[in-house]
Amino acid sequence: MKIEIKNGRLIDPAQGIDRVASLFIAAGKISAIGTAPPGWQTHRAIDARGLVLSPGLIDCSARLREPGFEYKATLESELEAAVAGGVTSLACPPDTDPPLDEPGLVEMLKHRARLLNRAHVYPIGALTVGLAGTTLTEMGELAEAGCVAFSHADVPLADTQLLLRAMQYAATFGHRVWLRPQDPHLSKGGVAHDGEVATRLGLPAIPAAAETIALATIFTLIRETSVSVHLCRLSTAEGVAMVRAAKQEGLPITCDVAVHHLHLSEVDIGWFDAQAHVMPPFRSPRDRAALRAGLTDGTIDVICSDHTPVDDDSKQLPFAEAEVGVTGLELLLPLTLKWAAEERVGLPAALAKITRAPAALLGLHGGTLAIGHPADVCIFDPAAHWVVDRSSLKSQGKNTPFVGLEVPGRVKYTLIDGVVAGGLAPLPANA
Amino acid sequence: MTSNETPELPDAEATLLALVERMRGAVAFDAAFVGIYSGGAWVAERLAELIPGNHSLGFIDVSYYRDDYARTGLKGGARRSELKFDVDGATIVLVDDVLFTGRSVRAAINELFDFGRPACIELAVLIDRGGRELPIEADYVGARLAVARDLSIVLSRDNGRLSLTVEPVTNA
Amino acid sequence: MIRNPQLNANGELTHLLTLEGLPADVIRHILDTAEPFASISEREVKKVPLLRGKAVFNLFFENSTRTRTTFEIAAKRLSADVINLNIGVSSTSKGETLLDTVDNLVAMNADMFVVRHAQSGAPHLIATHLNQHRQTHVHVVNAGDGRHAHPTQGLLDLYTIRHYKREFTNLTVAIVGDVLHSRVARSLIHGLTTLGTPEVRVIGPRTLMPTRVDAMGVRVFTDMSAGLAGCDVVVMLRLQSERMKGTLLPSAGEYFKHYGLTPDKLALARPDVIVMHPGPMNRGVEIDSAVADGERSVILPQVTFGIAVRMAVMSIIAGN
Repeated sequence: MKIEIKNGRLIDPAQGIDRVASLFIAAGKISAIGTAPPGWQTHRAIDARGLVLSPGLIDCSARLREPGFEYKATLESELEAAVAGGVTSLACPPDTDPPLDEPGLVEMLKHRARLLNRAHVYPIGALTVGLAGTTLTEMGELAEAGCVAFSHADVPLADTQLLLRAMQYAATFGHRVWLRPQDPHLSKGGVAHDGEVATRLGLPAIPAAAETIALATIFTLIRETSVSVHLCRLSTAEGVAMVRAAKQEGLPITCDVAVHHLHLSEVDIGWFDAQAHVMPPFRSPRDRAALRAGLTDGTIDVICSDHTPVDDDSKQLPFAEAEVGVTGLELLLPLTLKWAAEERVGLPAALAKITRAPAALLGLHGGTLAIGHPADVCIFDPAAHWVVDRSSLKSQGKNTPFVGLEVPGRVKYTLIDGVVAGGLAPLPANA
Repeated sequence: MTSNETPELPDAEATLLALVERMRGAVAFDAAFVGIYSGGAWVAERLAELIPGNHSLGFIDVSYYRDDYARTGLKGGARRSELKFDVDGATIVLVDDVLFTGRSVRAAINELFDFGRPACIELAVLIDRGGRELPIEADYVGARLAVARDLSIVLSRDNGRLSLTVEPVTNA
Repeated sequence: MIRNPQLNANGELTHLLTLEGLPADVIRHILDTAEPFASISEREVKKVPLLRGKAVFNLFFENSTRTRTTFEIAAKRLSADVINLNIGVSSTSKGETLLDTVDNLVAMNADMFVVRHAQSGAPHLIATHLNQHRQTHVHVVNAGDGRHAHPTQGLLDLYTIRHYKREFTNLTVAIVGDVLHSRVARSLIHGLTTLGTPEVRVIGPRTLMPTRVDAMGVRVFTDMSAGLAGCDVVVMLRLQSERMKGTLLPSAGEYFKHYGLTPDKLALARPDVIVMHPGPMNRGVEIDSAVADGERSVILPQVTFGIAVRMAVMSIIAGN
């Protein structure tokens, strides 16, 4: 199958391309940009006039809920959501039930995902067995089975001796460790940012110091071990400042922010809206501004959705009892575009945060439209605005605080390995 | 009858005197006068002044006893009912400004019984405008007149002087 | 922005969940309405037929005999039928969810829920659920949720202050003790600031002060003497026994030494100061018996006023 995508604005941050050009795809790979290769014959043409052609999006944190939480979501439903959101690759954290701590589970997940022939799935392995914080996992075996990194997901790892050893062991084999900086003691029982809103609403709070203390611990241990660390879900202004300084110092770190943290703050809890119960908590508007600034200046490398589908029953509880998380695969692109428009960040720079940068983080042969690379492509209409509502989401999780919000950017086609996997528009007829 | 015809209203002070004439000698010497807030309370005060005898004075707010609570709620500020005499065994003249459907009087009688068991209750009103929805009649009436149902007769007090006006019914 | 779930489409009070954001007129209307209710207990028949035939469910997920009793008396004086449900444990551990419980009781034709819950926001969840399912004839009164709000206690505190001081616009009010965990303090602060109280103080050790409490419009004092100076009203908060010794405070004795209200410390306030306490009191922990039983104490009148205030709240919201 030879596909020609015509008349679209082709943006590839990895190659520095931003111009109207045709994209030629053959045998599932990018075969040319601009002019057709010699002897080319188009089997199928897609007219992308007015649309943007971007590398398929890469989401470095999306929970698919399998195994263990199939009542919240399934691989089928969430990979459908990924395709609808233009996401062609995603990394899933190990906090399934059982956690991704042994090769068989990882292989099964990879196998199930491959059968569905949708977005590529890259599991993050558990750092300790059962995420219990006592025994290291077989990282070598897990890496062979397909784990691209190791993390402790959102489960607190209070034992700093174990953390040090996990980092030493991962460094031995060159694995990257992903950590969410949150001190387990200062965050114990907390459900909201320790600020005006939590005080007014009487919600148990998590101070910003929970993040900064954890960062200081992690940085100290990195200096001991030289392990590469990816910091997940930064949330505070102080945290951004510390990461900036650590990068200047030359520590081998990268970091991400969840896209909803770019838009919401503690204020959005409103009258105890459980949809705004997330971890880390939405912090103050000042923190949000610092996250945006950190993203613009490169302190924060990657934007992720931190996709966490939650069933309605688990959300329809008093705020503190409601399960944390938001559904996000289908909102990653719109909310990134909204941030870019508000901060006057150009499309190439914005798309880099959800294509090239996460590809580098995950060590993927993707995130670009370079010739010879897999033809994972997201074709979207940047001018189309739509209102988020439950029925418009393919994810089984309808849990988002953005319901009712008008957002920019509608995905028209998602191509995975050169195959039109889905999107809004019907499949194009043969040219 | 329609509200296009504004009725001829009698002078309130003259009507009060007519009511006093009808009550004088007819009410018990020790009858207590209980006015229904707010117009009936003003009338009761005047009656207690003008009618000879040993008349205790009381005031009653029927907000908690109204039968339209389910429809209209508790909007206006209720006032404290004040009955500073022993209701048990008392002869009571309930006093209201305008007798219309009879529902306020029904509420007032119910409320009186929550204070005790009166020996006898009579009813005195300044104006009887007809239109009863309950089997209630006044014992003493200042004046009778017919008014369209969508108009209400309002008693006002200014410097102690009573006056009557007609207003369209506010809550439909 | 989400509409305030306490108000119906006409802006009338249909649930009472918090005093935060309630217009001053609405608060004054409740206090004015409570005033005549206070006299009903002096009658031969201590009830009025306002809520006759209405079913009021006391839905207590957290035990509190005292608060439940005051609501029960208030509802009964309004002639409502009162059904007490002491669920006692958290909704999740019981198997049935909070909203399932509510839906079941709505199916039994409940007209009003009086809700006490250990989690902040639980009454909001119920009210929002009822609004979304068009059960707008069913009303919710928050009888205390977590650390968040105890609006009827706040209202009876306001009623008590107004009864003795008439105006709020010239008062200095101090709230002393465990503000961090206190829904009573939060509700009273909102009420006082809404009604124009020029100085509201909170006094206590830093471990018992929530972050940025100053943003609620109060001045923070850690020194009891400085905080009490010139006060017209002193409100003592209850110190829960599990917090008397541990990570928040070293001992009840040290707490009493610094923050217990004694006659000596009270002498720093204005001579006509009134002393309030939401009850139940811990004598010798937050308050000396000589103050609790002294001539400046209005702690028992607070209890009496509480019934009238709760009657007012129920009769206003049930009619909207």
